[in-house]
Amino acid sequence: MISVKNLSKFYDHFKAVDNLSFDIAPGNIVGFLGPNGAGKSTTMKMLTGFLPPSEGEIFIKERSIDSDAKAIQRDIGYLPEGAPAYGDMTVWQFLHFIADVRRLKGAHRKERLYDVIHRVELSDVLNRPIDNLSKGFKRRVGLAQAILHDPDILILDEPTDGLDPNQKHHVRQLIEDLSREKIVIISTHILEEVAAVCNRVMIIADGQLRFDDTPEVLRHRSRYCNAVSLRLSYAADISGLAELEGVDEMEIDRKTGLVTLFPEPGKHIFHAINEYVTQRRLPVDTLTLETGRLDEVFRDITTAEVANG
Amino acid sequence: MGNIWIVTKREFASFFATPVAYVFIAIFLMLSGIFTFFIGNLYERGQADLIPFFNFHPWLYLFLVPAIAMRSWAEERKSGSIELLMTLPISVAQAVLGKFIAAWLVLGLALALTFPLWLSVDFLGEPDHGIIVAAYIGSWLMAGAFLAISTCMSAFTRNQVVAFILAVVVCFLFVVSGSSIVLDAFQPWAGNLILDTVASFSFLSHFEATAKGVLALNDVGYFFIIMVVWLYASLIVIEQKKAD
Repeated sequence: MISVKNLSKFYDHFKAVDNLSFDIAPGNIVGFLGPNGAGKSTTMKMLTGFLPPSEGEIFIKERSIDSDAKAIQRDIGYLPEGAPAYGDMTVWQFLHFIADVRRLKGAHRKERLYDVIHRVELSDVLNRPIDNLSKGFKRRVGLAQAILHDPDILILDEPTDGLDPNQKHHVRQLIEDLSREKIVIISTHILEEVAAVCNRVMIIADGQLRFDDTPEVLRHRSRYCNAVSLRLSYAADISGLAELEGVDEMEIDRKTGLVTLFPEPGKHIFHAINEYVTQRRLPVDTLTLETGRLDEVFRDITTAEVANG
Repeated sequence: MGNIWIVTKREFASFFATPVAYVFIAIFLMLSGIFTFFIGNLYERGQADLIPFFNFHPWLYLFLVPAIAMRSWAEERKSGSIELLMTLPISVAQAVLGKFIAAWLVLGLALALTFPLWLSVDFLGEPDHGIIVAAYIGSWLMAGAFLAISTCMSAFTRNQVVAFILAVVVCFLFVVSGSSIVLDAFQPWAGNLILDTVASFSFLSHFEATAKGVLALNDVGYFFIIMVVWLYASLIVIEQKKAD
């Protein structure tokens, strides 16, 4: 359980984090979204006890980070931004160092090391110095380090940054596989990632919390949610579509010829449009139901002048 | 206590994973040999002791210790691993001590590897072994004092070269604080009390007796206090500046 109250961080006169308050319960996989410089990393640094807050309080498992930082850090696995590690060590040495620090001993230690190395697929590079590894492997070493002691709270700062699509998929799989009793906080600016792995989204901009709900709610904020788009093979009269029951507006992209029909709030229009198209034998090539465009919602939320979350 | 040892082990291994320790030890041995025989005239003196050897240690340490300490925190900050280290359940004090002990052990190892000199004087004459042991211990303590200063300078910056230069300058001030280079600056305006205090900071005067094998409590205490004060300063600097 993480409880953050009125958290702020100032650098000189710059407000990096501005009065954040939120609670995170076990089972929450939180996607921390926001433009670069929004305060995501700063917030994570405060949650992990690396930076002291300028104002406000952080309680993790009913302990204050001010007084109990070391005890809290035992329960946290943290992948800092850029996955820093000791480059002169081999992967094997590095993981053993972390196992030492995490006080893993005997059979349990062996089991954890084995499990993590296999999960993150590091067996091939165990004896190579971390400095010589590719970006993807470095990131995975950082991830291995974070989950080695099977922490209750996992905080990952841009875990998939710089990975190829296969590796990204692999990391998402890994996060999903983690126990459901855990708290996972992932910062990212990749929107699909949030939709894929998280069950809660927090959007931060200018240090303020602008949105805090499920990815579905975020999607529903989109104008495109439940909109229908279609493409014609040749020009035809489609003005009737805009008159259909529940259709709010019709937009035609002159360049691509894509026609998008927006529903009135809460209405479903796909069926009506489909029927209309069939009846009139309109030359429609493709007909798709839009699920909502996260990037558009993201832009709206993060560029808004006033907080509305 | 366990955490200090874990950090020490990692740091010590890292000195040997990179060429740092090997280069350091090789150069230390070469230079101490050159100083002892060519400038210290060990043979020509015709005495079975190691005073010419130990007398050059402050000057050797002046450049070599900052060189071995410069990366300890600067590198940590530059690579960002400081964020990892500080978010592991290890306190800053434990990390500072662990790193310090690791480097101090490397210095001790370098010092221990000068044993052929000791064997030579033992072969040539009849040295007082007690004196030599005491001088070795004193030299190692002084190396610790140099190291604590250099560690603190390394904590100030993310640039190793800057750390090295700062450390050499501060160490130099401590080495020569008893000589006219420093005292002349205080002479015109400071009273005797201040002059004496500044002069008493000198590594040279505290090592003078030690090199002859006299481990006086005030000299040993002095080097320990220097270590404690500068390590404490490093701790504060790291706490304050870790995220910069």
